[in-house]
Amino acid sequence: MAVTPEIAKARPGTSPRPAFDVARVREDFPILKEKVHGKALVYFDNAATTQKPRQVIEAEQRFYLSLCSNVHRGVHWLSENATQAYEEARAKAQRFLNAAESREIIFVRGTTEAINLVAGTYGRQNVQAGDEVVISAMEHHSNIVPWQMLCAEKNARLRVAPINDRGELLFDEFEKLLGPRTKLVAVTHVSNVLGTINPVREIVEMAHRRKIPVLLDGAQAAAHLKVDVRELGCDFYTVSCHKLYGPTGIGLLYGKAKLLEAMPPYHGGGDMISSVSFEKTTYNVIPCKFEAGTPNIAGTFGLGAAIDYLDALGLENAAHHEHQLLAYATEALSRIPGLRIIGTAKEKASVISFVMDGLHPHDVGTVLDQDGIAVRTGHHCAQPLMDRFGVPATTRASLAFYNTFEEIDSLVNGLHKVREILG
Amino acid sequence: MSDLKALYQEVIIDHSKRPHNFRAMPDSNRTAQGYNPLCGDKVTLFVKLDGDRIADVSFQGSGCAISTASASLLTETVKGKTLAEVEAIFQGFHDLVTGKSATDGKGPALGKLAVFSGVSEFPVRVKCATLVWHTLRSALEGAEAVATTE
Repeated sequence: MAVTPEIAKARPGTSPRPAFDVARVREDFPILKEKVHGKALVYFDNAATTQKPRQVIEAEQRFYLSLCSNVHRGVHWLSENATQAYEEARAKAQRFLNAAESREIIFVRGTTEAINLVAGTYGRQNVQAGDEVVISAMEHHSNIVPWQMLCAEKNARLRVAPINDRGELLFDEFEKLLGPRTKLVAVTHVSNVLGTINPVREIVEMAHRRKIPVLLDGAQAAAHLKVDVRELGCDFYTVSCHKLYGPTGIGLLYGKAKLLEAMPPYHGGGDMISSVSFEKTTYNVIPCKFEAGTPNIAGTFGLGAAIDYLDALGLENAAHHEHQLLAYATEALSRIPGLRIIGTAKEKASVISFVMDGLHPHDVGTVLDQDGIAVRTGHHCAQPLMDRFGVPATTRASLAFYNTFEEIDSLVNGLHKVREILG
Repeated sequence: MSDLKALYQEVIIDHSKRPHNFRAMPDSNRTAQGYNPLCGDKVTLFVKLDGDRIADVSFQGSGCAISTASASLLTETVKGKTLAEVEAIFQGFHDLVTGKSATDGKGPALGKLAVFSGVSEFPVRVKCATLVWHTLRSALEGAEAVATTE
């Protein structure tokens, strides 16, 4: 793929930190060697799900090959060892988020389930008729719909904090929405469409001054930023491990122990009880109270391996490379005539949404796909946000640390081809 | 590249950029909305039905090149046709875009719609091409619900 000299010049030159060895890193991700339509795969759909390193794939396999058994149930060797590994994964997740205790980490299917869990337990217990839940205009449907359902059930009100044209929260407007009826604030840490990194620590402080608890949707953030829940001060934090180079179907809900203990259970069943009779059931302590039924044990093995992988790589090194890619891609895409980037916040993670004059993202995506380039097109599960920017859909390139400058050049060339074919 | 050229034929690009019969119809007696939740394509179809014949048809909405061109060419194709003829054309069109038709689709029944033959190589785009046809069907059935491709 030809690289135009202007673009090549824009690449960062000398960097104070040791060069990030992207070629070496790519060796860890088997799928990156795949061909799509006969072309090398260029994977720019990382905000939808990230690819998995061999270490994660092998860890899941290890469970099924040599440790498969149920957890918290058996006295036999397999169950004992699987349980130990399961709890070790929880301890790794605790360290990863810097939670105070491992019992503050609940294994769930993903961010969607984590938010539904909080809405269905904490929300149902604490939100009553006339109360309010505050979210922002840039939320994913999974941080809108559970609150809408709760508000409909309780006759409560969902309030939406507005954003500016760059895709940044209007902090003063946000503060005006907080009042005596506000029972919870739920905002995303990083926008899946705009890439905006929200000032969540300030939001937590603002809410806590009024004694309002805060849930942060970390689906997009955890792969790009070092998350420290104690430093952020948030009450709940949610993570989808498949966006964190881990397996699908496993995620984390962090909650402050005091809150989790006071919350009613979410699902009833095995493992979430300490004793059951037909007259009365006593619930188990946290985290088990929220983990009814056999969990995704293999997923926790993969998750543990993903955290180990990121620790070894150094999330900061990865983030630095992603920022260089973001700057390079932003500049290169901005030079394409008729292309407009949606989401130009000052603080951004490596997500670039854009629209092209007269072209529908779906057609853009189809043409790029023929070159092996995987981008997301559509509303990105954020229809209200599309309405805010007056577009039906966008094309989104979301970058990960295994992406390269050459791949961005391929995207740029692909977009020129899009114009050639679609006019 | 050849698959792309087959998909985005000049006729399709032209109709997507300058769609025909792209207008509301205040005196229509059948109307329906179509929505493709996957990509956000939205179409509103207006039909003036005279007995069992489509006297006039128009559309509004926003969508990708394939769905817009499909709507534009639908309006050209079905105007003046009877309900039975429309149903037969839809069947033929559906077979064409899903790759089920034995012929190349250039038979007299489909006419200009044959330009959509390239869609069959792009299974995820079939819904874009058929959305407006499903919408027409629900308009003719007088269904209240929004037609979707799901």
